[in-house]
Amino acid sequence: MIKIQNLCKSFDEVEVLRDITLSFEPGISNLVIGASGSGKTVLLKSLVGLHEIDSGSILYDGRDFSKMNFRERKEIRKEIGMVFQSGALFDSSTVVENVMYPMDMFTQMSPAEKLERANFCLSRVNIVNANHKFPSEISGGMRKRVAIARAIALNPKYLFCDEPNSGLDPKTAILIDNLIQELTQEYQMTTIINTHDMNSVMEIGEKVVFIHQGKAWWEGSHQDIFDTQNKELESFVFASKFQVHINQLKKASGG
Amino acid sequence: MFQQSFFQLGQYILFIKKVFQKPEKLKMYWIQYLKELASLGLNSIGIVFLISIFMGAVLTIQTGINLENPFIPLYLIGYATRDSMILEFSSTIVSLILAGKIGSNIASEIGTMRVTEQIDALEIMGVNSASYLVLPKIAAAISFFPFLVIMSIIVGVWGGWLGGCVLTEVLSTGQYIEGLRYYFLPYYVVYSLIKTSVFAFIITSVSSYYGYHAEGSALDVGRASTKAVVYSSVLILLFNLIITQLLLV
Repeated sequence: MIKIQNLCKSFDEVEVLRDITLSFEPGISNLVIGASGSGKTVLLKSLVGLHEIDSGSILYDGRDFSKMNFRERKEIRKEIGMVFQSGALFDSSTVVENVMYPMDMFTQMSPAEKLERANFCLSRVNIVNANHKFPSEISGGMRKRVAIARAIALNPKYLFCDEPNSGLDPKTAILIDNLIQELTQEYQMTTIINTHDMNSVMEIGEKVVFIHQGKAWWEGSHQDIFDTQNKELESFVFASKFQVHINQLKKASGG
Repeated sequence: MFQQSFFQLGQYILFIKKVFQKPEKLKMYWIQYLKELASLGLNSIGIVFLISIFMGAVLTIQTGINLENPFIPLYLIGYATRDSMILEFSSTIVSLILAGKIGSNIASEIGTMRVTEQIDALEIMGVNSASYLVLPKIAAAISFFPFLVIMSIIVGVWGGWLGGCVLTEVLSTGQYIEGLRYYFLPYYVVYSLIKTSVFAFIITSVSSYYGYHAEGSALDVGRASTKAVVYSSVLILLFNLIITQLLLV
Protein backbone atom coordinates (compact mmCIF):
# COMPACT_ATOMS: atom_id res chain seq x y z
CA MET A 1 0.00 0.00 0.00
CA ILE A 2 1.22 3.50 -0.81
CA LYS A 3 0.06 6.48 1.20
CA ILE A 4 0.72 10.10 0.33
CA GLN A 5 0.24 12.73 3.00
CA ASN A 6 0.12 16.48 2.34
CA LEU A 7 2.52 16.25 -0.59
CA CYS A 8 3.63 19.57 -2.10
CA LYS A 9 6.00 20.13 -4.98
CA SER A 10 6.93 23.28 -6.84
CA PHE A 11 9.40 24.24 -9.57
CA ASP A 12 10.85 27.75 -9.50
CA GLU A 13 8.07 29.02 -7.25
CA VAL A 14 5.37 27.50 -9.49
CA GLU A 15 3.31 25.14 -7.35
CA VAL A 16 2.74 21.95 -9.32
CA LEU A 17 1.37 19.69 -6.59
CA ARG A 18 -0.62 21.16 -3.70
CA ASP A 19 -1.28 19.35 -0.46
CA ILE A 20 -2.09 15.97 -1.97
CA THR A 21 -3.26 13.23 0.39
CA LEU A 22 -4.09 9.89 -1.18
CA SER A 23 -3.78 6.17 -0.60
CA PHE A 24 -3.39 3.38 -3.14
CA GLU A 25 -4.40 -0.19 -2.33
CA PRO A 26 -2.61 -3.32 -3.61
CA GLY A 27 -4.26 -5.71 -6.04
CA ILE A 28 -6.33 -3.07 -7.83
CA SER A 29 -5.59 -0.68 -10.68
CA ASN A 30 -5.22 2.82 -9.30
CA LEU A 31 -5.58 5.34 -12.10
CA VAL A 32 -4.46 8.95 -11.91
CA ILE A 33 -6.19 11.06 -14.53
CA GLY A 34 -5.99 14.72 -15.44
CA ALA A 35 -5.36 17.07 -18.29
CA SER A 36 -1.86 17.57 -19.72
CA GLY A 37 0.12 19.77 -17.34
CA SER A 38 -2.09 18.98 -14.35
CA GLY A 39 0.82 17.41 -12.45
CA LYS A 40 0.23 13.68 -12.99
CA THR A 41 3.75 12.89 -14.17
CA VAL A 42 5.30 15.08 -11.47
CA LEU A 43 3.25 13.16 -8.90
CA LEU A 44 4.45 9.82 -10.26
CA LYS A 45 8.06 10.94 -10.47
CA SER A 46 7.86 12.35 -6.94
CA LEU A 47 6.55 9.02 -5.68
CA VAL A 48 9.59 7.16 -7.04
CA GLY A 49 12.05 9.86 -5.97
CA LEU A 50 12.94 11.27 -9.38
CA HIS A 51 11.71 14.62 -8.04
CA GLU A 52 12.42 15.66 -4.46
CA ILE A 53 9.23 16.79 -2.75
CA ASP A 54 9.03 20.11 -0.88
CA SER A 55 6.91 18.82 2.00
CA GLY A 56 4.68 15.93 3.00
CA SER A 57 5.41 12.24 3.14
CA ILE A 58 5.26 9.15 0.93
CA LEU A 59 4.75 5.87 2.78
CA TYR A 60 5.51 2.53 1.15
CA ASP A 61 3.78 0.07 3.48
CA GLY A 62 4.53 2.39 6.37
CA ARG A 63 8.12 3.16 5.31
CA ASP A 64 8.61 6.89 4.80
CA PHE A 65 10.36 7.12 1.42
CA SER A 66 10.65 10.92 1.54
CA LYS A 67 12.87 10.82 4.63
CA MET A 68 15.17 8.07 3.43
CA ASN A 69 18.76 8.56 2.27
CA PHE A 70 20.07 7.33 -1.08
CA ARG A 71 20.99 3.84 0.19
CA GLU A 72 17.71 3.26 1.99
CA ARG A 73 15.82 4.39 -1.10
CA LYS A 74 17.80 1.93 -3.19
CA GLU A 75 16.32 -0.94 -1.18
CA ILE A 76 12.77 0.32 -1.81
CA ARG A 77 13.55 0.90 -5.47
CA LYS A 78 14.38 -2.77 -5.88
CA GLU A 79 10.71 -3.39 -5.06
CA ILE A 80 9.55 -0.89 -7.69
CA GLY A 81 8.85 -1.50 -11.36
CA MET A 82 8.15 1.38 -13.66
CA VAL A 83 6.84 1.59 -17.20
CA PHE A 84 7.71 4.90 -18.82
CA GLN A 85 5.68 6.73 -21.42
CA SER A 86 8.37 6.10 -24.02
CA GLY A 87 9.17 2.59 -22.76
CA ALA A 88 12.71 3.77 -21.87
CA LEU A 89 14.27 0.55 -23.12
CA PHE A 90 18.04 0.57 -23.40
CA ASP A 91 18.78 1.20 -27.08
CA SER A 92 22.05 -0.68 -27.14
CA SER A 93 20.60 -3.85 -25.60
CA THR A 94 18.36 -6.46 -27.16
CA VAL A 95 14.86 -7.24 -25.90
CA VAL A 96 16.02 -10.13 -23.73
CA GLU A 97 19.00 -8.17 -22.40
CA ASN A 98 16.65 -5.36 -21.40
CA VAL A 99 14.47 -7.75 -19.42
CA MET A 100 17.48 -9.50 -17.88
CA TYR A 101 19.13 -6.22 -16.85
CA PRO A 102 17.55 -5.88 -13.35
CA MET A 103 18.44 -9.52 -12.66
CA ASP A 104 22.01 -9.00 -13.90
CA MET A 105 22.37 -6.02 -11.61
CA PHE A 106 20.69 -7.18 -8.43
CA THR A 107 20.55 -10.95 -8.27
CA GLN A 108 23.02 -13.81 -8.08
CA MET A 109 20.97 -15.95 -10.49
CA SER A 110 22.81 -18.09 -13.02
CA PRO A 111 22.65 -17.06 -16.70
CA ALA A 112 20.26 -19.98 -17.41
CA GLU A 113 17.94 -18.94 -14.56
CA LYS A 114 17.96 -15.33 -15.73
CA LEU A 115 17.16 -16.35 -19.28
CA GLU A 116 14.35 -18.59 -18.08
CA ARG A 117 12.85 -15.78 -15.98
CA ALA A 118 13.22 -13.26 -18.84
CA ASN A 119 11.51 -15.65 -21.25
CA PHE A 120 8.72 -16.20 -18.73
CA CYS A 121 8.20 -12.42 -18.32
CA LEU A 122 8.24 -11.92 -22.08
CA SER A 123 5.77 -14.73 -22.64
CA ARG A 124 3.58 -13.19 -19.90
CA VAL A 125 3.31 -10.03 -22.02
CA ASN A 126 2.87 -12.07 -25.22
CA ILE A 127 6.26 -11.36 -26.74
CA VAL A 128 7.69 -14.34 -28.57
CA ASN A 129 10.54 -14.70 -31.07
CA ALA A 130 11.81 -11.17 -30.46
CA ASN A 131 14.53 -11.90 -27.91
CA HIS A 132 17.39 -10.77 -30.09
CA LYS A 133 15.77 -7.74 -31.64
CA PHE A 134 16.77 -4.25 -30.61
CA PRO A 135 14.16 -1.74 -29.36
CA SER A 136 14.45 0.18 -32.64
CA GLU A 137 13.40 -2.96 -34.53
CA ILE A 138 10.08 -3.54 -32.75
CA SER A 139 6.77 -1.68 -32.76
CA GLY A 140 5.60 0.86 -30.17
CA GLY A 141 3.16 -1.61 -28.62
CA MET A 142 5.86 -4.26 -28.36
CA ARG A 143 8.22 -1.76 -26.75
CA LYS A 144 5.60 -1.01 -24.10
CA ARG A 145 5.10 -4.72 -23.46
CA VAL A 146 8.85 -5.32 -23.20
CA ALA A 147 8.98 -2.40 -20.74
CA ILE A 148 6.26 -4.12 -18.68
CA ALA A 149 8.21 -7.40 -18.82
CA ARG A 150 11.32 -5.58 -17.56
CA ALA A 151 9.30 -3.88 -14.83
CA ILE A 152 7.97 -7.20 -13.49
CA ALA A 153 11.26 -9.10 -13.85
CA LEU A 154 12.08 -8.84 -10.15
CA ASN A 155 8.51 -9.40 -8.92
CA PRO A 156 7.98 -5.82 -7.77
CA LYS A 157 5.59 -4.92 -4.96
CA TYR A 158 4.85 -1.56 -6.56
CA LEU A 159 4.23 -0.89 -10.24
CA PHE A 160 4.12 2.59 -11.75
CA CYS A 161 2.99 3.21 -15.31
CA ASP A 162 3.25 6.62 -16.92
CA GLU A 163 0.73 6.77 -19.75
CA PRO A 164 1.37 3.17 -20.77
CA ASN A 165 -0.92 3.28 -23.79
CA SER A 166 -0.16 6.70 -25.22
CA GLY A 167 0.55 6.59 -28.93
CA LEU A 168 -0.99 3.14 -29.35
CA ASP A 169 -3.99 2.11 -31.39
CA PRO A 170 -7.17 1.47 -29.33
CA LYS A 171 -6.93 -2.31 -29.63
CA THR A 172 -3.31 -2.49 -28.46
CA ALA A 173 -4.06 0.09 -25.75
CA ILE A 174 -6.81 -2.12 -24.33
CA LEU A 175 -4.46 -5.13 -24.47
CA ILE A 176 -1.86 -3.21 -22.46
CA ASP A 177 -4.48 -2.04 -19.95
CA ASN A 178 -5.81 -5.55 -19.44
CA LEU A 179 -2.31 -6.93 -19.13
CA ILE A 180 -1.42 -4.45 -16.38
CA GLN A 181 -4.65 -5.22 -14.54
CA GLU A 182 -4.08 -8.97 -14.81
CA LEU A 183 -0.53 -8.69 -13.50
CA THR A 184 -1.66 -6.41 -10.68
CA GLN A 185 -4.25 -8.90 -9.52
CA GLU A 186 -2.01 -11.92 -10.03
CA TYR A 187 0.97 -10.54 -8.08
CA GLN A 188 -1.08 -8.33 -5.71
CA MET A 189 1.05 -5.31 -6.63
CA THR A 190 0.20 -1.74 -5.72
CA THR A 191 -0.20 -0.32 -9.20
CA ILE A 192 -0.50 3.35 -10.07
CA ILE A 193 -1.23 4.26 -13.67
CA ASN A 194 -1.09 7.77 -15.08
CA THR A 195 -3.37 8.26 -18.02
CA HIS A 196 -5.62 10.69 -19.80
CA ASP A 197 -7.18 7.96 -21.89
CA MET A 198 -10.83 7.57 -20.88
CA ASN A 199 -11.00 4.13 -22.48
CA SER A 200 -8.45 2.97 -19.89
CA VAL A 201 -10.49 4.54 -17.12
CA MET A 202 -13.61 2.71 -18.22
CA GLU A 203 -11.74 -0.55 -18.79
CA ILE A 204 -9.64 -0.92 -15.64
CA GLY A 205 -10.32 2.08 -13.36
CA GLU A 206 -11.04 0.32 -10.08
CA LYS A 207 -9.88 3.43 -8.28
CA VAL A 208 -9.63 6.73 -10.11
CA VAL A 209 -8.03 9.93 -8.84
CA PHE A 210 -8.59 13.13 -10.79
CA ILE A 211 -5.78 15.67 -10.52
CA HIS A 212 -6.72 19.24 -11.36
CA GLN A 213 -4.51 22.31 -10.88
CA GLY A 214 -2.10 20.23 -8.82
CA LYS A 215 -4.73 19.03 -6.36
CA ALA A 216 -6.41 15.68 -5.82
CA TRP A 217 -9.75 17.01 -7.03
CA TRP A 218 -11.86 13.87 -7.03
CA GLU A 219 -11.63 10.18 -6.06
CA GLY A 220 -13.87 7.26 -6.91
CA SER A 221 -14.31 4.29 -9.20
CA HIS A 222 -15.03 4.32 -12.94
CA GLN A 223 -18.72 3.71 -12.21
CA ASP A 224 -18.84 6.80 -10.00
CA ILE A 225 -17.60 9.07 -12.80
CA PHE A 226 -20.98 9.14 -14.56
CA ASP A 227 -22.79 10.17 -11.39
CA THR A 228 -20.36 12.89 -10.41
CA GLN A 229 -21.48 16.46 -9.92
CA ASN A 230 -17.88 17.67 -10.07
CA LYS A 231 -17.79 20.21 -12.91
CA GLU A 232 -14.06 20.02 -13.58
CA LEU A 233 -14.15 16.23 -13.79
CA GLU A 234 -17.20 16.32 -16.03
CA SER A 235 -15.58 18.78 -18.39
CA PHE A 236 -12.45 16.60 -18.51
CA VAL A 237 -14.28 13.30 -18.98
CA PHE A 238 -16.80 14.54 -21.51
CA ALA A 239 -14.36 16.66 -23.47
CA SER A 240 -14.31 14.14 -26.30
CA LYS A 241 -17.36 13.78 -28.54
CA PHE A 242 -16.97 10.03 -28.28
CA GLN A 243 -17.60 10.15 -24.54
CA VAL A 244 -20.51 12.56 -25.00
CA HIS A 245 -21.98 10.07 -27.44
CA ILE A 246 -21.57 7.21 -24.95
CA ASN A 247 -23.17 9.32 -22.25
CA GLN A 248 -26.14 10.12 -24.47
CA LEU A 249 -26.56 6.46 -25.31
CA LYS A 250 -26.44 5.54 -21.63
CA LYS A 251 -29.07 8.16 -20.78
CA ALA A 252 -31.23 7.03 -23.69
CA SER A 253 -31.11 3.43 -22.50
CA GLY A 254 -31.90 4.58 -18.96
CA GLY A 255 -28.48 3.45 -17.66
CA MET B 1 28.20 34.88 -15.70
CA PHE B 2 30.60 34.21 -12.79
CA GLN B 3 27.69 32.95 -10.71
CA GLN B 4 26.71 30.58 -13.52
CA SER B 5 30.31 29.36 -13.85
CA PHE B 6 30.52 28.63 -10.12
CA PHE B 7 27.18 26.85 -10.27
CA GLN B 8 28.44 24.69 -13.17
CA LEU B 9 31.68 23.95 -11.33
CA GLY B 10 29.82 22.94 -8.18
CA GLN B 11 27.44 20.76 -10.13
CA TYR B 12 30.37 19.14 -11.95
CA ILE B 13 32.11 18.34 -8.64
CA LEU B 14 28.93 16.78 -7.23
CA PHE B 15 28.54 14.80 -10.45
CA ILE B 16 32.11 13.48 -10.19
CA LYS B 17 31.49 12.55 -6.55
CA LYS B 18 28.46 10.54 -7.66
CA VAL B 19 30.47 8.90 -10.44
CA PHE B 20 33.15 7.67 -8.03
CA GLN B 21 30.79 5.97 -5.59
CA LYS B 22 31.08 2.25 -4.93
CA PRO B 23 29.74 0.24 -7.89
CA GLU B 24 26.63 -1.90 -7.30
CA LYS B 25 28.01 -4.94 -9.07
CA LEU B 26 31.61 -4.95 -10.20
CA LYS B 27 31.01 -7.57 -12.90
CA MET B 28 28.51 -5.33 -14.71
CA TYR B 29 30.97 -2.43 -14.60
CA TRP B 30 33.71 -4.66 -15.98
CA ILE B 31 31.49 -5.64 -18.92
CA GLN B 32 30.74 -1.96 -19.55
CA TYR B 33 34.46 -1.16 -19.30
CA LEU B 34 35.29 -3.70 -22.01
CA LYS B 35 32.55 -2.28 -24.24
CA GLU B 36 33.88 1.24 -23.72
CA LEU B 37 37.44 0.11 -24.49
CA ALA B 38 36.20 -0.99 -27.88
CA SER B 39 33.99 2.02 -28.44
CA LEU B 40 36.29 4.79 -27.20
CA GLY B 41 39.70 3.20 -27.69
CA LEU B 42 39.83 0.69 -30.52
CA ASN B 43 37.48 2.72 -32.71
CA SER B 44 39.85 5.71 -32.43
CA ILE B 45 42.94 3.89 -33.69
CA GLY B 46 42.16 4.69 -37.33
CA ILE B 47 41.78 8.43 -36.92
CA VAL B 48 44.82 8.71 -34.62
CA PHE B 49 46.91 6.76 -37.15
CA LEU B 50 45.80 9.00 -40.01
CA ILE B 51 46.36 12.27 -38.14
CA SER B 52 49.74 11.19 -36.78
CA ILE B 53 51.22 10.10 -40.09
CA PHE B 54 50.28 13.40 -41.77
CA MET B 55 51.37 15.46 -38.76
CA GLY B 56 54.78 13.77 -38.72
CA ALA B 57 55.25 14.22 -42.46
CA VAL B 58 54.27 17.90 -42.44
CA LEU B 59 56.41 18.58 -39.35
CA THR B 60 59.51 17.17 -41.05
CA ILE B 61 58.92 18.98 -44.31
CA GLN B 62 58.24 22.34 -42.61
CA THR B 63 61.25 22.00 -40.29
CA GLY B 64 63.38 21.08 -43.29
CA ILE B 65 62.25 24.17 -45.20
CA ASN B 66 63.02 26.41 -42.20
CA LEU B 67 66.46 24.89 -41.55
CA GLU B 68 68.19 25.75 -44.79
CA ASN B 69 71.12 27.35 -42.95
CA PRO B 70 74.29 25.29 -43.77
CA PHE B 71 75.57 25.76 -40.19
CA ILE B 72 72.61 23.85 -38.73
CA PRO B 73 73.01 20.08 -39.13
CA LEU B 74 70.17 18.37 -40.97
CA TYR B 75 69.79 15.61 -38.38
CA LEU B 76 68.16 18.25 -36.14
CA ILE B 77 65.08 17.91 -38.37
CA GLY B 78 64.60 14.36 -37.05
CA TYR B 79 65.29 15.59 -33.53
CA ALA B 80 62.68 18.37 -33.88
CA THR B 81 60.10 15.97 -35.31
CA ARG B 82 60.61 13.48 -32.50
CA ASP B 83 60.36 15.99 -29.68
CA SER B 84 57.45 17.87 -31.25
CA MET B 85 55.52 14.63 -31.58
CA ILE B 86 56.32 13.50 -28.04
CA LEU B 87 55.88 16.82 -26.27
CA GLU B 88 52.91 18.33 -28.01
CA PHE B 89 51.42 16.79 -31.11
CA SER B 90 50.77 13.21 -29.98
CA SER B 91 49.37 14.23 -26.62
CA THR B 92 47.69 17.61 -27.01
CA ILE B 93 46.69 17.72 -30.66
CA VAL B 94 45.52 14.10 -30.68
CA SER B 95 43.56 14.77 -27.47
CA LEU B 96 41.92 17.80 -29.08
CA ILE B 97 40.90 15.66 -32.03
CA LEU B 98 39.61 12.97 -29.68
CA ALA B 99 37.68 15.61 -27.71
CA GLY B 100 35.78 16.24 -30.92
CA LYS B 101 35.25 12.61 -31.83
CA ILE B 102 34.75 10.97 -28.44
CA GLY B 103 33.40 14.01 -26.57
CA SER B 104 30.48 14.54 -28.92
CA ASN B 105 29.84 10.80 -29.01
CA ILE B 106 29.66 10.52 -25.21
CA ALA B 107 27.55 13.66 -24.74
CA SER B 108 25.04 12.65 -27.39
CA GLU B 109 24.84 9.05 -26.15
CA ILE B 110 24.23 10.01 -22.51
CA GLY B 111 22.09 13.01 -23.50
CA THR B 112 19.82 10.79 -25.59
CA MET B 113 19.54 8.37 -22.68
CA ARG B 114 18.53 11.31 -20.50
CA VAL B 115 15.82 12.71 -22.77
CA THR B 116 14.38 9.26 -23.54
CA GLU B 117 14.11 8.52 -19.79
CA GLN B 118 16.60 5.63 -19.92
CA ILE B 119 18.61 7.27 -17.12
CA ASP B 120 15.42 7.64 -15.05
CA ALA B 121 14.75 3.94 -15.66
CA LEU B 122 18.20 3.09 -14.27
CA GLU B 123 17.67 5.32 -11.22
CA ILE B 124 14.30 3.75 -10.45
CA MET B 125 15.85 0.29 -10.56
CA GLY B 126 18.19 1.50 -7.83
CA VAL B 127 21.26 1.85 -10.08
CA ASN B 128 23.64 4.78 -9.60
CA SER B 129 23.25 5.87 -13.21
CA ALA B 130 26.09 8.41 -13.16
CA SER B 131 28.56 5.83 -11.91
CA TYR B 132 27.31 3.00 -14.12
CA LEU B 133 27.37 5.06 -17.30
CA VAL B 134 30.40 7.27 -16.74
CA LEU B 135 32.94 5.40 -14.59
CA PRO B 136 33.63 2.71 -17.23
CA LYS B 137 34.11 5.45 -19.85
CA ILE B 138 36.61 7.34 -17.68
CA ALA B 139 38.46 4.12 -16.81
CA ALA B 140 38.55 3.00 -20.45
CA ALA B 141 39.82 6.36 -21.70
CA ILE B 142 42.49 6.73 -19.01
CA SER B 143 43.76 3.21 -19.59
CA PHE B 144 43.65 3.28 -23.41
CA PHE B 145 44.60 6.84 -24.39
CA PRO B 146 48.28 6.37 -23.39
CA PHE B 147 48.49 3.48 -25.89
CA LEU B 148 46.99 5.73 -28.56
CA VAL B 149 49.60 8.37 -27.78
CA ILE B 150 52.48 5.89 -27.95
CA MET B 151 51.11 4.68 -31.26
CA SER B 152 50.77 8.27 -32.42
CA ILE B 153 54.41 9.03 -31.57
CA ILE B 154 55.65 5.97 -33.45
CA VAL B 155 53.42 6.59 -36.47
CA GLY B 156 54.26 10.32 -36.44
CA VAL B 157 57.98 9.63 -36.49
CA TRP B 158 57.44 7.13 -39.30
CA GLY B 159 55.34 9.73 -41.17
CA GLY B 160 58.19 12.20 -40.69
CA TRP B 161 60.56 9.77 -42.35
CA LEU B 162 58.09 9.25 -45.22
CA GLY B 163 57.63 13.02 -45.69
CA GLY B 164 61.21 14.14 -45.18
CA CYS B 165 63.29 11.25 -46.51
CA VAL B 166 61.09 9.51 -49.10
CA LEU B 167 58.70 12.10 -50.53
CA THR B 168 60.75 15.32 -50.48
CA GLU B 169 64.27 14.03 -49.73
CA VAL B 170 64.99 17.02 -47.46
CA LEU B 171 67.39 14.78 -45.56
CA SER B 172 68.70 11.24 -45.75
CA THR B 173 67.36 8.31 -43.73
CA GLY B 174 70.65 8.14 -41.83
CA GLN B 175 70.46 11.80 -40.84
CA TYR B 176 66.85 11.38 -39.78
CA ILE B 177 67.64 8.37 -37.57
CA GLU B 178 70.64 10.22 -36.10
CA GLY B 179 68.27 13.06 -35.18
CA LEU B 180 65.78 10.65 -33.63
CA ARG B 181 68.55 9.23 -31.40
CA TYR B 182 70.03 12.61 -30.52
CA TYR B 183 69.63 13.74 -26.88
CA PHE B 184 66.59 11.57 -26.14
CA LEU B 185 64.99 12.21 -22.72
CA PRO B 186 62.66 9.36 -21.66
CA TYR B 187 61.07 11.76 -19.15
CA TYR B 188 59.42 13.56 -22.06
CA VAL B 189 57.47 10.40 -22.82
CA VAL B 190 56.42 10.14 -19.16
CA TYR B 191 55.33 13.79 -19.25
CA SER B 192 53.35 13.16 -22.43
CA LEU B 193 51.60 10.12 -20.96
CA ILE B 194 50.72 11.98 -17.74
CA LYS B 195 49.25 14.78 -19.83
CA THR B 196 47.26 12.32 -21.90
CA SER B 197 45.77 10.65 -18.84
CA VAL B 198 44.61 14.03 -17.53
CA PHE B 199 43.17 14.92 -20.94
CA ALA B 200 41.39 11.54 -21.08
CA PHE B 201 39.74 12.30 -17.76
CA ILE B 202 38.75 15.80 -18.93
CA ILE B 203 37.25 14.59 -22.21
CA THR B 204 35.19 11.77 -20.71
CA SER B 205 34.07 13.50 -17.51
CA VAL B 206 33.19 16.87 -19.06
CA SER B 207 31.36 15.30 -21.99
CA SER B 208 29.48 12.93 -19.70
CA TYR B 209 28.56 15.85 -17.44
CA TYR B 210 27.00 17.82 -20.30
CA GLY B 211 25.21 14.75 -21.65
CA TYR B 212 23.93 13.75 -18.22
CA HIS B 213 22.48 17.20 -17.59
CA ALA B 214 20.86 17.58 -21.01
CA GLU B 215 17.17 18.39 -20.73
CA GLY B 216 14.32 18.49 -23.18
CA SER B 217 14.65 17.45 -26.78
CA ALA B 218 17.07 16.33 -29.48
CA LEU B 219 17.98 20.00 -29.92
CA ASP B 220 19.22 20.13 -26.33
CA VAL B 221 21.23 16.96 -26.88
CA GLY B 222 22.89 18.68 -29.84
CA ARG B 223 23.65 21.72 -27.68
CA ALA B 224 25.05 19.51 -24.93
CA SER B 225 27.24 17.80 -27.50
CA THR B 226 28.62 21.13 -28.77
CA LYS B 227 29.26 22.37 -25.22
CA ALA B 228 31.03 19.11 -24.38
CA VAL B 229 33.48 19.53 -27.27
CA VAL B 230 34.08 23.26 -26.67
CA TYR B 231 34.64 23.01 -22.89
CA SER B 232 36.73 19.84 -23.17
CA SER B 233 38.97 21.56 -25.74
CA VAL B 234 39.34 24.73 -23.67
CA LEU B 235 40.15 22.70 -20.55
CA ILE B 236 42.69 20.62 -22.47
CA LEU B 237 44.50 23.80 -23.53
CA LEU B 238 44.37 25.21 -20.00
CA PHE B 239 45.62 22.03 -18.35
CA ASN B 240 48.28 21.66 -21.03
CA LEU B 241 49.73 24.93 -19.80
CA ILE B 242 49.38 24.02 -16.11
CA ILE B 243 50.90 20.54 -16.48
CA THR B 244 53.73 21.86 -18.61
CA GLN B 245 54.52 24.49 -15.98
CA LEU B 246 54.41 21.85 -13.25
CA LEU B 247 56.37 19.08 -14.96
CA LEU B 248 58.78 20.75 -17.36
CA VAL B 249 59.64 24.23 -16.13
